[in-house]
Amino acid sequence: MPSLTSLANPTRFLALSGAILPWAAAAAALLFAIGLVMALVTSPPDYQQGDTVRIMYVHVPSVTLAMGCYAAMAISALGTLVWRHPLADVSAKAAAPLGAAFTFLGLVTGAIWGKPMWGTWWVWDARLTSFLVLLIMYLGLMALWRAFDDPARAGRIAAVLILVGSINLPIIKFSVDWWNTLHQPASILRLGGPSIHSSMLWPLFVMMAAFAALFVWAWLAAMRAEIYRRRVRTAELVAAHPTALEPRTA
Amino acid sequence: MTVTEAFPALKLKAQDLACSRGGRFVFSGLSFELASGALMAVTGPNGAGKSSLLRLLAGLLRPTAGDIACEGGREDEPVAHYLGHLDALKPAMTLAETLRFWGAIYQQGRVLTDSDLNEAAESVGLGHAIDLPVGVLSAGQRRRAALARLILSPRPLWLLDEPFAALDSQGESLLRRLMGDHIGRQGLIVAATHQALPIPPDTTLTLNTT
Amino acid sequence: MSGFLAIIRQTVRLELRAGGGAAVALIFFLAVVTAVPFGVGPDLKLLARIGPAILWVAALLAALLGLDRLFGADREDGSLDLIIVSGEPLALYALGRAVGHWLATGLPIVVAAPVLGLLLNLDPPAMGAVALTLLAGSPALTLIGTVGAALTAGLPRGGLLIAILVLPLTVPVLIFGVSATTGALSDPEPFLAPFLFLCACSLAALALAPFVAAAALRLALE
Repeated sequence: MPSLTSLANPTRFLALSGAILPWAAAAAALLFAIGLVMALVTSPPDYQQGDTVRIMYVHVPSVTLAMGCYAAMAISALGTLVWRHPLADVSAKAAAPLGAAFTFLGLVTGAIWGKPMWGTWWVWDARLTSFLVLLIMYLGLMALWRAFDDPARAGRIAAVLILVGSINLPIIKFSVDWWNTLHQPASILRLGGPSIHSSMLWPLFVMMAAFAALFVWAWLAAMRAEIYRRRVRTAELVAAHPTALEPRTA
Repeated sequence: MTVTEAFPALKLKAQDLACSRGGRFVFSGLSFELASGALMAVTGPNGAGKSSLLRLLAGLLRPTAGDIACEGGREDEPVAHYLGHLDALKPAMTLAETLRFWGAIYQQGRVLTDSDLNEAAESVGLGHAIDLPVGVLSAGQRRRAALARLILSPRPLWLLDEPFAALDSQGESLLRRLMGDHIGRQGLIVAATHQALPIPPDTTLTLNTT
Repeated sequence: MSGFLAIIRQTVRLELRAGGGAAVALIFFLAVVTAVPFGVGPDLKLLARIGPAILWVAALLAALLGLDRLFGADREDGSLDLIIVSGEPLALYALGRAVGHWLATGLPIVVAAPVLGLLLNLDPPAMGAVALTLLAGSPALTLIGTVGAALTAGLPRGGLLIAILVLPLTVPVLIFGVSATTGALSDPEPFLAPFLFLCACSLAALALAPFVAAAALRLALE
């Protein structure tokens, strides 16, 4: 938005993020190269699950980021509503599709993992169900953003919903856990836990780091794209109303 | 309704007002003062920000920069009536129900009686239609029904957006009389208009797109 | 206060009169309940078992109807502008609209649920349990829906979007509602705990939703 103060900050952000982007991409590529070799080749198969356990190296980072993404959006939403930071709603909007993607990846890898373990693609397990609800919330938020044509207004409205969701998500999680214990006695194989051996822990750490680097790269890139998209929109508005570009002084 | 005592003295001040919509400035650096008993006309071509200015003054928009102050008014008491392009009428409600509803919303410590409602409807020439659903009224009659809100509950500052648009000739003379009475009671009026007002304004604020 | 009551009264009147949504919501509730046996088959034993859940899901879907008009109509016809200028607290306005909407659409569904329970082969205790849990839980559905309605008030067609936004938020209400109903009917399962959680959902929504809705309405207007 030219001639508003918001331009100063995005410009600095574009310079800074432009400097970070290649490093994040390189870090992600390197960590993925190492992590995938460790996860797929050097780490041992599980004595119970065999090679199936290797799905964990994708699944666990995905679900961690799926939740982390919502936390990042909640902070961004506070930034939009409380501090009115011009980049906050850009950050939230850029994070939403990433969160949805990681949630989806977590669900898909969970289903692939579940097929050999539980004998079925999907069980109405508390975690899976909570994540399904989380996915719907991400998709709803994305739909809400798309529904408004003024990005600033969409950002503030979406911020309200993000904060409502951040209050509601723990309640949903709690209710789904409750529902799950009521309907399915804990017969499902619980994975993870502290018993994991260090030969599996290290590949997991590296993959976590790789996913985090990928997230940082994609987040920054999406924010830059969003800023450019808004500049194009502003340019279009200015082209339609050429005289309104500069503040007029009486 | 029959209360005709003068309003306490009030001063509407705007300082360095700026308004931006959708990322572009509609106007900026706008300052003016308006004292009790004065009518200000806001003129200018379409898109110059007449409606935006009125919505700013009404508190419906937040100014991008600058201040609006109403000196002399009581903090806890809303001072303004806003008449926009829309009539804010529900077709399924009767005129009496509509007036009673807005009377309760605008309440100033007293409950409106049936005769209050009748009087308000009479004063805009709709006494005969008080029990009819608003949906059957003509466009001009609806506009007059919207005007009835202005007198339903006395408030010193009237913000009128194109008040003479969509009024029939009967409505026009009615509004002229209402505005004259309001000014006479030391009320303030800010009227956005693209045509000459039938009442000579005390000041004119011209907004330009250039 | 008189403004708040006037808003409730006006909402109820508008919902009940021609063009209002009260009758539509009730008929929709009936239609959904009728459709389920066509899907799962007319096995009365099965229907008696899942009947409370059917009624709850149907009530949830019916609660989503008409939400887009709750504030959308006021925004389109200019009433919302005048409410704000009038100085009426926006949270009270939102609460008034929510209460009126619940009285006109939620309460009739609570009353109709036991009657429709007859179609689903529910025995009298089950009918009572469904009515009781719906009475405790449907305010939460309406109030959460109010937030969705306020978020989309600035959109010309927000109806489907509201459903997408609101449904995930109502998951806890549905879970506790159906759990409490089954808890009331079969012995080993708890009733009081989910019922109290259900009441907590409604009370928390009552305390928070009007303010969130008011904030969203302000943003929708800017």
